[in-house]
Amino acid sequence: MKKGIITKVSGPLVEAVNMDEARIYDVVEVSANQLIGEVIEMRGDKASIQVYEETTGIGPGEEVISTNMPLSVELGPGLIGQIYDGIQRPLGQLAELSGEFLAKGVTAPALARNKTWEFIATAQVGDEVVTGDILGTVQETDIIQIKIMVPPGVSGKIEKIESGIYNVEDSIATIAGQEVSMLQRWPVRQPRPYTHKIDPSEPLITGQRIVDAFFPVTKGGTAAIPGPFGSGKTVIQHQLAKWADADVIIYIGCGERGNEMTDVLMEFPEIEDPKTGKSLMNKVVLIANTSNMPVAAREASVYTGVTIAEYYRDMGYSVALMADSTSRWAEAMREMSGRLEEMPGDEGYPAYLSSRVAEFYERAGLVECLGSDERQGSLSIIGAVSPPGGDLSEPVTQSTLRIVKVFWGLDYALSHARHFPAINWLSSYSLYQAKIDAYLDKHYRGFSKLREKAMSLLQDEDQLKEIVRLVGQDSLSDPDQLKLFTAKSLREDFLQQNAFDEVDTYCSMAKQYAMLGIILSFYEEALQALDKGVYLSEIEKMEVNNKISRMRYVEEDKLPEIQAIQEELQTEFHRLIAKREA
Amino acid sequence: MLKEYKTIREAAGPLILVTEVEGVKYEELIDIRLQNGEIRHGKVLEVGDGYALAQIFEGTTGINLKESSVRFTGKPQELGVTENMIGRIFDGMGRPIDKGPKLIAEEYRDVNGLPINPYARDYPAEFIQTGISVIDGLNTLVRGQKLPIFSGSGLPHNKLATQIARQAKVPGSDERFAVVFAAMGITFEESEFFMQDFRESGALDRAVLFINLADDPSIERISTPRAALTCAEYLAFEKDMHVLVILTDMTNYADALREVSAARKEVPGRRGYPGYLYTDLSQIYERAGRLKGHKGSITQIPILTMPEDDITHPIPDLTGYITEGQIILSRELDNRGITPPINVLPSLSRLKDKGIGEGKTRKDHAATMNQIYAGVSRGRDASELATILGETALSEADKAFAKFSDEFDRRYVNQGYQTDRTITETLDLGWDLLTILPRNELNRIRDSLVEEFMPKADQAAQVTTDEDATATELSKSDQALVDLVKGDI
Repeated sequence: MKKGIITKVSGPLVEAVNMDEARIYDVVEVSANQLIGEVIEMRGDKASIQVYEETTGIGPGEEVISTNMPLSVELGPGLIGQIYDGIQRPLGQLAELSGEFLAKGVTAPALARNKTWEFIATAQVGDEVVTGDILGTVQETDIIQIKIMVPPGVSGKIEKIESGIYNVEDSIATIAGQEVSMLQRWPVRQPRPYTHKIDPSEPLITGQRIVDAFFPVTKGGTAAIPGPFGSGKTVIQHQLAKWADADVIIYIGCGERGNEMTDVLMEFPEIEDPKTGKSLMNKVVLIANTSNMPVAAREASVYTGVTIAEYYRDMGYSVALMADSTSRWAEAMREMSGRLEEMPGDEGYPAYLSSRVAEFYERAGLVECLGSDERQGSLSIIGAVSPPGGDLSEPVTQSTLRIVKVFWGLDYALSHARHFPAINWLSSYSLYQAKIDAYLDKHYRGFSKLREKAMSLLQDEDQLKEIVRLVGQDSLSDPDQLKLFTAKSLREDFLQQNAFDEVDTYCSMAKQYAMLGIILSFYEEALQALDKGVYLSEIEKMEVNNKISRMRYVEEDKLPEIQAIQEELQTEFHRLIAKREA
Repeated sequence: MLKEYKTIREAAGPLILVTEVEGVKYEELIDIRLQNGEIRHGKVLEVGDGYALAQIFEGTTGINLKESSVRFTGKPQELGVTENMIGRIFDGMGRPIDKGPKLIAEEYRDVNGLPINPYARDYPAEFIQTGISVIDGLNTLVRGQKLPIFSGSGLPHNKLATQIARQAKVPGSDERFAVVFAAMGITFEESEFFMQDFRESGALDRAVLFINLADDPSIERISTPRAALTCAEYLAFEKDMHVLVILTDMTNYADALREVSAARKEVPGRRGYPGYLYTDLSQIYERAGRLKGHKGSITQIPILTMPEDDITHPIPDLTGYITEGQIILSRELDNRGITPPINVLPSLSRLKDKGIGEGKTRKDHAATMNQIYAGVSRGRDASELATILGETALSEADKAFAKFSDEFDRRYVNQGYQTDRTITETLDLGWDLLTILPRNELNRIRDSLVEEFMPKADQAAQVTTDEDATATELSKSDQALVDLVKGDI
């Protein structure tokens, strides 16, 4: 292999000549420090290389060596519970090697080579297998059992397979003369293959009321959360990571704050997974390429994350990926594009921005995995977007909204009023609603009707508020004032959810169903009572209101307490009506 | 012996192009010797085949291409650090300018620093009491946080910053601390204001000052915060000190960055700022924090003036995306004579939840904080409504909220620059204000807390006298203003 010679260094962009043997997107080692880079452009024998580490101290004349491999991740047991940087270097090991600060050129394998795993073979010698078939399992964590699959490009008769204790590189089986280990490598920019995609219809239950009840996302769906700073994007992403009923969670901190990743690292191990009761870290992989870490690795981080997610999807798991924030990823693209002196598109972003965004989100989906057992796996992608100045007309938000099916619009005004999650119920939407309604109504009778009713109350409130702003509340009719009163209850007692309250942080579908039912039944009863001459002021002062406003603090195992409110409110209304009639 | 090149081919704006060079490294420091013997410094921005492009910190004024020569030092810009820097004053490049004794560096550090491994960070969770109610009570600052002040031209951000520097302490601890102050492009008077205040409060003895004034070379501003933070990192993580870093004014810093970018003819992002402004700012702000296994910490308070008070301008916007919250000053409050004029609704400290509560401040802190916020927000809406429709249009509850938000500004926010309130005083004041609201509207506080902390009727009377006392403290003109404002609403 010929060695390249550096001719130019400009920030993360390095140019080298004598590179005619390298291929586009090959990984190269730059200078004696062996900084990792990737070839992103070739002109004749001149290659433009984006370097994933700081290039301070690098100059013309130094060497570039191609590894002849595209940028790839290592897949196998040992991913869960790890925290990686944008190019899958394990940050824990790096801290041991180079201390608290990330030194240049330090690296460690993504999957520890000295760690062994117990492999239990489920396939047998003599079985005919194809790519994607399951050879055996490894209990990776308390929760996740990893399935060792026949790697791409391998098929035939199993000649040898044996359960036992192995490290990731040991041969566990021989298929048609080829040795197979637990470790797979896969280029990050290439989606992993599957048999075919399926239209998703099952909701990803997140335990967040406004999401599950109003703007749900499917297992295998895509959602975006755009919002200005301080509107609570990151808290929502964290909440989804903690409570979504996915088997595996991939959390990408892409160009965001260092302390946020530390928060995740310290908090997630303490949290119980709602399904299994075990520590949440048993199902989480973290990718952290914070804002001050090299910008080219930030560009790679979303691909690294999504490839790891696809690996678990291929085993038949439901995987949820959170990317916070995709705007920083787009900015990394813009920075590289600027250095390459490409013709800029909108606001300096490269012209290929929207196609890259679309490609990324399209890697989500419910799929039938490769292999003969027809198992299904899903990958849901939830991306935060940080529009400059909160202006949604900017290119990253726009190219994201063109592709995602769910939009959770965060609102500055709501966050000012400390209404969290600050998702605006009037501007947000979910295109999965119709599909999910069918699923929900099967489990919770009439759920979609409740939701429609609640939504129309909230919409009416918006119009009524306009009137109030102009002529004052007193000019409204009593039923309209009741509408306002109920809508307020919907906002404060249902839509608001305190992520930092032990109980309120997670709300099951059953509880959501009960809560929504109570609020709307209050409204119906109150309408009737008004009809029968009860004063609005009496209704507003009812004792049951206090109970309703505390419903969200009722623990999951005490749901009958919420159902009991129904009876109470009826009795109280009867009493009021009786008093009027008397 | 380092080679001297006499091959400067171009000088434009802050940049020079040197050709026929070899062995030059990216980001290395250069020395330029002018025809008159003056030495200037610069940094390599791009190296290519036989050429190097460098920015000159002191500017290119007076450079003669033929007569001047360039030496490449082979090292990135470094700062010699030592504990003896405390109490000293440096220029924007980190050279002493106070005529003090020569410093002997204990080590030399690359001013660019290295990114902190997120795995090695320790989460900031130690409450810092600033003595300012709006900050302590509602936007709590913790050690290792980066909390900027978003201000506008003519607003008293400097007074607030010095008040924080003067009063900030962790209750019940007497660990070593230092203030690192970096001035970028501020005026002599502003810088003098800080010096004066530091001197009077005795903070100067514990402070390291990096001063780049408005008439100093603008490109030197790019180096100023880096030098300051390099010093801060040394003091925090080698010498176990708690370091408070004040950076002012980040708007001038970003403008210097834009100057270089424009001179390089880079594709501009929003408002002509370079596309990498976010990355560049984060490399400054992210140097705040705590590390596992180290006692010290770096807490950052960057100050920036928002052009036209516009929070969507790229500098405050990108800053807000990196920092852990923001304290926003309001011209309207300032005009009303509220000091400090902190606008609480858009202000935010993201790390507050970790620094408050039982064992840190008090168990009622989080709940009252949310309640006060919600109350002020609703009260402002109600007052707005009242200005359009008249007070009669408000419901009883809304009237109470309007009064609440008014009293809040007058008593909670308006404490002046010299008052140092303990956290208990701040929390109790919050409860006093909450008595204005109807009991059934306190839906964000658990009943048990209300029972325990809500002042009883006789104490509530006490509060009114307190209020009178505050009123008498105000000068007559201020009082007139307050009355005027009250009359308005």
